[in-house]
Amino acid sequence: MSDLIDEPTPGLNAPEFTVTEISGAVKRVIEGEFAHVRVRGEIGRVSRPRSGHIYLDLKDDRNVLSAVIWKGVANRLATQPEEGLEVVATGRLTTFGGQSKYQMVIEDIAPAGMGALMAMLEKRKKQLEAEGLFAPARKRPLPYLPEVIGVITSPSGAVIRDILHRLRDRFPRKVLIWPVAVQGANCAPEVARAIQGFNRLTPGGALPRPDLLIVARGGGSIEDLWGFNEEIVARAAAASEIPLISAVGHETDTTLIDFVADRRAPTPTAAAELAVPVRMELMAGLDGQGARLSHAATQVLSLRGQRLRDLSRALPKPATLVESARQRLDSWGDRLGPSLSLAAQRKRVQFSEASASLRPAALTRLTGDARRRLNERAARLDPALLDREIDRKGRDLARVTQRLSLVSGGQIKHWRQELDALDRTRQTLGYRETLKRGYAVVWSGAQVITTRAEAEQSPALEIEFQDGRFKLGGAAPKAARAKPEPPEQGSLF
Amino acid sequence: MSNETPVDKMSFEQAMGELEQVVTRLERGDVPLQDSIALYERGAKLKKRCEDELKRAEEKVAAITLDAEGNPTGITPVEGL
Repeated sequence: MSDLIDEPTPGLNAPEFTVTEISGAVKRVIEGEFAHVRVRGEIGRVSRPRSGHIYLDLKDDRNVLSAVIWKGVANRLATQPEEGLEVVATGRLTTFGGQSKYQMVIEDIAPAGMGALMAMLEKRKKQLEAEGLFAPARKRPLPYLPEVIGVITSPSGAVIRDILHRLRDRFPRKVLIWPVAVQGANCAPEVARAIQGFNRLTPGGALPRPDLLIVARGGGSIEDLWGFNEEIVARAAAASEIPLISAVGHETDTTLIDFVADRRAPTPTAAAELAVPVRMELMAGLDGQGARLSHAATQVLSLRGQRLRDLSRALPKPATLVESARQRLDSWGDRLGPSLSLAAQRKRVQFSEASASLRPAALTRLTGDARRRLNERAARLDPALLDREIDRKGRDLARVTQRLSLVSGGQIKHWRQELDALDRTRQTLGYRETLKRGYAVVWSGAQVITTRAEAEQSPALEIEFQDGRFKLGGAAPKAARAKPEPPEQGSLF
Repeated sequence: MSNETPVDKMSFEQAMGELEQVVTRLERGDVPLQDSIALYERGAKLKKRCEDELKRAEEKVAAITLDAEGNPTGITPVEGL
């Protein structure tokens, strides 16, 4: 400060610097104050010129710090700086007065995990994935041959040229370019608006609505491509009703729009290849089909013609079909006339033979014979013969009848004698014969009394003798007492 | 013939697909003669439809013009790319 006071300027208190002086002063302050710092940030753009030094940016989502790694340091770094890598860099700050810039001179560099931006991108990706925007089921098939292709890209530059060239080679189509910024702050909103804008076009309107969209951008740093990682772009692409191909950056670059696009092309050229088939191949294929078609049609006819010829060859001639029949007919026909007359002749002979013996004389002789035999029989038929026979039979009958009565009379007499003998025996054995010898039977009614006790109890008694019953006084026995009436033969035997 | 969509209402891809079917059926040779004639005629129509589509191929490149708010206002031909 003493310098400043040594050279006062009239009228002004503030000291006056030359640019170099102030640059030097700033440099001293900065280098004094930040002689040793550790800075955490993500590595942005990295450039490696031939000099061997490495120039790079350290960044977070708001600020950028330029940094340099001198050649000597670069060669012995354990971690080579890579874009997108979040690192902690150790070094000092210095100024670069020639460009009014300050920068960090890095002495060491170490990874600090995933970069903040990448982490943010990852978070975004997870969220969209959770919403199902990446689902394979959402992907629509691309039209086989789109009529109009909408390309969303920068209207100048290699990308659109590559796409148009490849389309021209394969299958020239109508192409509508929607110009957008492909990097920087405007990129994301413009791309999103373009996707929506194409979708809003009505088919057959003043502006033809594309059948297919290509969102394309050439290669670049992750910052350059960052617009295609923005959520509005991804959501617009997911909502697009027109099938969409993303072709952002090189093959190794993956941005958020790639996940929601229906197809992802590694390069803009590849996008054109996905978009249309090769016309010449189609023509060749079509010619092939045409050739096959006519060949097949000819074949259909010629095959049938051949078959017809084959069949007709196999078909026998009509004449041969009837030949043998005709022959048989002829032969039978030839024999028909003679056979008829032959048969008639044969019958005639038989008739003549039969009729030769058929004469009236023969018949008369036959009847004469019969009549003679009849007369002979009739002569032998005499009634006296019959009477004699009757007489004889009548005598036989009388004789047999006489014998029958004789025999039957003797038999009856014999049977009567036997019967009388049997009756005598019966009477001898019965109790009545006993009565004749002086015995008697005592009855009480119908009951035979054999004991004195029974007799005393009986109201009336009867004695049966040889010549009948004798009643012993008293009244007639009561019906009740006489109730049990034994048969005639009681316990007497 | 399973599909009788009018040929001129078919997309290129549909026409191509059906042409292939027609050819395959004809080549199989088991189609009655009467049908095969009809098939051939349809195949010829399909082929013509596809050929016309292929011949019509022409490049036309245009860029959309946008107003200050970024809304499309029209198209302007693009040449020399």
